Amino acid sequence: MAGIAARLRITPFGLICLLGLVATLYLSLIWAPRERVMGDVQRIMYFHVASAWIAEFAFVLVGVSSVIYLWLRERKWDIVAYSAAEIGFVFCCFVMITGPIWGKPVWGTWWTWDPRLTFSMILWLIYVAYLMLRVYGDDMPQVKTFLAVLGILGTIDIPFIHFATMWWRGLHPDSLVMTEEGLGAGMEVDMRIALGVSAVVFTLLFFYLMGRRMALERLRDEAEDLRERVEHRHPGSVGV
Amino acid sequence: MDQNFWYLFSAYTLIWIGLFVYLFTIAGREKKLEAEIAELKAAVEALEAKE
Repeated sequence: MAGIAARLRITPFGLICLLGLVATLYLSLIWAPRERVMGDVQRIMYFHVASAWIAEFAFVLVGVSSVIYLWLRERKWDIVAYSAAEIGFVFCCFVMITGPIWGKPVWGTWWTWDPRLTFSMILWLIYVAYLMLRVYGDDMPQVKTFLAVLGILGTIDIPFIHFATMWWRGLHPDSLVMTEEGLGAGMEVDMRIALGVSAVVFTLLFFYLMGRRMALERLRDEAEDLRERVEHRHPGSVGV
Repeated sequence: MDQNFWYLFSAYTLIWIGLFVYLFTIAGREKKLEAEIAELKAAVEALEAKE
């Protein structure tokens, strides 16, 4: 265990997040009551909904930092946008994987073009494009501007995902978390606690990953700076 | 055992695998960049010493 933590370079804060995840696992799989209609498969919700919350939060952060980047043109906001986009994409993948796994036994199908699912797929594809552009054309200033615009476009998709179940008729159930009666009023108290803990732990994990990912970008900048210094003194010595 | 156990098991397993793979990729990229920075710093120092 200590060996894996060392290989992953997990800090004490990261360790707290991982322990929190183990506690969430216990609350979701053992402590929370079994749902009467769907049975145990409903327990996927505790990680599915928490992942969706983080993906949405991350992509809103991408949008906000992209707007600030377009305004101030400061590299730090570009770093925030890139880091949040990558982490948001990872959690969006979790949503896109666990959703169909939950849907198959409950709806009888892996996938349907339900409005919420369709807008989620659009968001996922926007971020595939965003991250591909980051990998292949990140060095050019005009690409950075385009990336910021794409990041903002992705954020515009989020309200459509969030309110799709209210605005259109589809297979995806209405939100049990944000209801007219109050936060989590559609669930039993124990389920609400398990989901609340899961959301808090995933949020902490997001901030931990943001710290790691932003530090990585700063290392990349430092390497780029040093490469330029070597190239300046000895042209042709550093490979592209 | 619930007949849908495997759906639940695979959903949770895939999230944990995904999370650890992502953590491994971050750690791998960190190590690679740190090695590159150490190499470049040595190169800068060598070039500065020559000058």
